[in-house]
Amino acid sequence: MSEVKKIATRQAYGEALAELGEKYPNLVVMDADLAASTKTAMFKKKFPERFFDAGIAEANMVSMAAGLASTGKVVFASSFAMFATGRAYEQIRNSVGHCGLNVKIAATHGGISVGEDGATHQCIEDVALMRNIPGMVVCVPSDYVEAKAAVAAAIEHDGPVFLRFGRSNVPVINDREDYHFELGKGTVLKEGTDVTIIGTGICVDSVMQAEKMLAEEGINAQIVNIHTIKPIDEELITHCAIKTGKIVTVEEHSVIGGLGSAVCDVVCKTHPVPVMKIGVQDVFGTSGSAEVLMKYYRLDGQGVYEQVKEFLGK
Amino acid sequence: MENSELKIIANKVRQGIVISTHAAKSGHPGGSLSAADIFTYLYFEEMNVDPKDPKNPDRDRFVLSKGHTAPGLYSTLAMRGYFQFEDLTSLRHLGSFLQGHPDMHKTPGVDISTGSLGQGISNAVGMALAGRMDRKNFRVYTLLGDGELEEGQVWEASMFAGFQKLDNLCVIVDNNGLQIDGKIDEVCSPYPIDKKFEAFNFHVVKADAHDFDSLRAAFKEARETKGMPTVIICNSVKGKGISFMENQAGWHGVAPNDEQKEEALNELKKAGEELCQK
Repeated sequence: MSEVKKIATRQAYGEALAELGEKYPNLVVMDADLAASTKTAMFKKKFPERFFDAGIAEANMVSMAAGLASTGKVVFASSFAMFATGRAYEQIRNSVGHCGLNVKIAATHGGISVGEDGATHQCIEDVALMRNIPGMVVCVPSDYVEAKAAVAAAIEHDGPVFLRFGRSNVPVINDREDYHFELGKGTVLKEGTDVTIIGTGICVDSVMQAEKMLAEEGINAQIVNIHTIKPIDEELITHCAIKTGKIVTVEEHSVIGGLGSAVCDVVCKTHPVPVMKIGVQDVFGTSGSAEVLMKYYRLDGQGVYEQVKEFLGK
Repeated sequence: MENSELKIIANKVRQGIVISTHAAKSGHPGGSLSAADIFTYLYFEEMNVDPKDPKNPDRDRFVLSKGHTAPGLYSTLAMRGYFQFEDLTSLRHLGSFLQGHPDMHKTPGVDISTGSLGQGISNAVGMALAGRMDRKNFRVYTLLGDGELEEGQVWEASMFAGFQKLDNLCVIVDNNGLQIDGKIDEVCSPYPIDKKFEAFNFHVVKADAHDFDSLRAAFKEARETKGMPTVIICNSVKGKGISFMENQAGWHGVAPNDEQKEEALNELKKAGEELCQK
């Protein structure tokens, strides 16, 4: 286990922008004084004429991005998830969403794995906020490989996209030959029959760990990675509901409005089954290392394993 | 275009504002009327636009940051030939291409959707930035209300525009002195407006919003100003042109009823006839 390579998804974001800048001359990147942290500095270094720092002014950054996009640019606007989606929510809704413009809100430092900075900087509402906006694609990549693929897909997608990246180094879990990324399509990582566990973002790794522990006790879980929370893969989720009869969702986000809610929206409509939402249970975050916090909020492999067992009554 | 012609057009624009808000039974006549001459000057004299080619990438852009005065913009666009003047009566009705606030996907000639105050100026700054990046010659104009200056985002955008020396950007402030809750200097005064923009590294020009010679000189000065963005602070009268609406905060967001519409149109038509005789 200790040999697994660990890289933060924000690193993938920065690398992807710098790599794709060549291919897409209309790509413009904006930041709000956090270029070193969001990793947009890599793009800035390579394409300084196409990088703009808005300063600590997220609202203006997002509306300027909309203005740029209205002339045919593809604009990535970056900050921490809290400020990108919280501070600038209405700008995203009105200047980007309602206008249907090619602006990609690429937020890093999503979730409680921000760690030591604590509650004010741990955004656990971003997916909920972005899901509400008509036409907004919401994508939470699980690792380095997926994050890179998501950036490329976001550029190709004509319209607004929200991308959530993390601060902490997390295991690379998709480094395989047959890996394929498609916006809106979930991936079955393991077939199973007793329960479906759906993870998103860095929690996919926790789900995979939990699956191993459950298997040792004879529980055969179906494991799914949903990176695109909107539009969500209704077909796959319905299939899982029919197949396993029970669903657990795992996210580093409030259980209100995130992956769990999106999955419930699907099964309510297509095939109602009991759903357990594992996530941040309607509380604010707190300071601590990412690892400690994932454990504290029961979002690590052990925490997911225990909660799935509770859910199954075992 | 001669001032006499511009005046006749502005008079018609004002009639369109009355007709459309009356038909909608809602909307914002006060600030539309105070900006009617500015709209007219921009679309008939200043801006490089073509109603037959509204998406031309080289066109000048206009962003109505004070989006609630859409009736003034729509009336001007209709006069300029983007669509039929008769369509103005569909304003704010279900299915109409004339939404309560400007919608870039529904109305020909609208460069970006606005309505939430403070955002339009940022949109305009983004467009100006794009123009400079692509070495295009188009200019970007944005119209703000004076009450809108209370929005913090206006100053975020101004700080950026001044810092970036965006001389292809022209900000226009419709300084009619009134906002919904009363006089701007009694609600939360944005004064001194000129000194604020100066501090944000703008070239500041003052103009009379209802005098085409004054507007002509101001926009010329803006075009000739290099190395910094320009703001034109236009001293205006809310409700201008309709005696019972002038300088009344109450006419910010209220439509004329049947009688008021007739009275307003009679006054405007009479003024229009006098203009034609001159």
